[in-house]
Parts: sequence; C-alpha cells; structure tokens
Amino acid sequence: MDTPFQIADREFSSRLIVGTGKYKDNPTMMKAIRATGAEMVTVAVRRIDLDRTKDEGILYHLDPEEFLLLPNTAGCYTAEDAIRYARLARAGGFTDWLKLEIIGDQETLLPDTHATIEAAKVLVAEGFKVMAYTNDDLISALRLEDAGCVAVMPLASPIGSGLGVVNPYYIREIKRRLEVPIIVDAGVGTASDACVTMEQGVDGVLMNTAIAAAEDPVAMGEAMRLAIQAGRSAYLAGRMPSREIAVPSSPTQGMLD
Amino acid sequence: MTETATIEVQINGDDRAIPPGLSVWGLLEWLELNPALVVVELNREILDRERYQETYTVEKDVLELVHFVGGG
Repeated sequence: MDTPFQIADREFSSRLIVGTGKYKDNPTMMKAIRATGAEMVTVAVRRIDLDRTKDEGILYHLDPEEFLLLPNTAGCYTAEDAIRYARLARAGGFTDWLKLEIIGDQETLLPDTHATIEAAKVLVAEGFKVMAYTNDDLISALRLEDAGCVAVMPLASPIGSGLGVVNPYYIREIKRRLEVPIIVDAGVGTASDACVTMEQGVDGVLMNTAIAAAEDPVAMGEAMRLAIQAGRSAYLAGRMPSREIAVPSSPTQGMLD
Repeated sequence: MTETATIEVQINGDDRAIPPGLSVWGLLEWLELNPALVVVELNREILDRERYQETYTVEKDVLELVHFVGGG
C-alpha cells in the first residue's frame, strides 16, 4: 500500500507532473498530457504577441478546471526577475503555486541555487507555494526546505538532455534527509529513466521534453505513466540487495552423480 | 488647439499609438485581447484585474501584457 502523494495541502493520485512546452501542436499536447494521467501541468509566463491575429495562449487549449496550473519562472536568471514573473503568474488569478526556476548558465541551464534560495525566501513570505527547481546538492536542498518551499525538485540531469539520473546517490540522500516532497525535475529521457528515478524513493517526477520530443508523444505519455507506477511499486516492494558475486537461484543439492 | 488623435505608449517593448482616454480594459478590447486571460503590468506595477476598467492609460505609459504559454 502506498502513502498518499501530498504537496502542501493537496493530495494527488498521479506522481507525474508534466510540462506543456515543445509540443509540435496543441492537440498532440492535450492527448499526450491526458495519456500521462498527470493532474498538474507547468506553464510559462510570456508577453502576448500582439501581431498575431489569433491569441495562442495556452489556456485556449488547456482547461484550468481539468488540470492544476503550475506557472514557472523559466527564462529568469536573477532572483529579481523570478520574483517579478512569480507575481505576474499569481496575478493570472488561477493559483499561488509556483515552480521557481532560476538558471545560472545558458549552456547547461543548470540552476543558480544561491539566487533560488534568496527568491524562495521572498516568495514564501508573500504566500506563494514554492516548488523549487534545484540541482542534486544536498545543502541547497536543505536550504530550500528551510526557506519554506513546499517541495524541492532536484534535477536528474540538465533540462532537455534526456540523460536520466546521473547521480542517484545524491537524489537518495536528498530524499532521506528532507521532510518535504522530493520531485525529480529535468533530464528524464525515456521510460526507464522515470522508473529508475522513482526507485530512488522520491515522491514524484516532473518532465517535459521526454514526452514532447518523442516521436509519438501520446505513446510516450502512456509509457511514462506506467514507468512511474512500476518504479514506485518496485521501491515500495523493497528491492533485493545487489552484489558482485553470483548466488544461484536453483538448489545446489540434489544434483545427479 | 488641435486634439491629438492618438497617444504614445509602450506595449511589450514597442512604441505604439493608441486612442486617447482608454481604460486598461478598453485598451485590451481595442487590441482584441480577452481581459480574463491577460495579466497587465503598468509602469512596473501589476494591476489587479478588478482595476482594469477604472485605470486609464496616459501618454508614455509602459505596459507589459503577459499570458500563460506552454513551458516546462
């Protein structure tokens, strides 16, 4: 039996959170998201393109009654920018939940954990429910929890890299040491990555590119749904110890002369 | 004295000529936007949607009109 997946005051049936970026078209995006069983989806905050005759905001395709919106601060490189975007997101009127993301390097898109911790303190004080994207450093994770984040989200590997979990040891340590939910965010490439991630004991996974950039995003969405369940079940089942010598599976006695 | 047919404001980083005397709500309608889906920052301050109809645009206002888009 599993414990409920709870973040702040909300319970979720699905341990998968998905992004809405990079899809080739909106109908594919909606079918893929539904295939994942995800209940919460991330969205970004951007200027409206006034030259378009038809507004293509995501809420024309995605119903905020069907999915919980989790606005992000993607594209922000400073705490000041992230705070500005967070406030704009909340002014949208849907939620005070936020995925806080502050990038420190354009090439790797790795997080600026120092700025993230500073911004988290400000936003938590303003009443945001902050889910903070971070790296696999235990100390940063602890500081984000201390700052009042409702979830800490260490990366598996860089955004869009599809490399899977490069440092399972540190992900396990973060889960072991923190009280708040741990959601691995970024770097998942295929179903086995999602499964391996859940086997570390974390509470959930957030992914975008792995589904949106698959050849068949709807099929991959379904695969991910199953992978999250398989990984979680395997974790709860308590895996066998691994060892470097063989141990036979069939009896050694009763062999013929 | 001739009346100005338009006023100059900045919207999303671009200078634009808009009709004078528009409320923020009126401006959004003039731009054919749905006010329920737009977040307005006026001169670096976020404007509550309830105030769109009672807040008027003036020359040199700097507006950011943002909305939610797909993202990870």
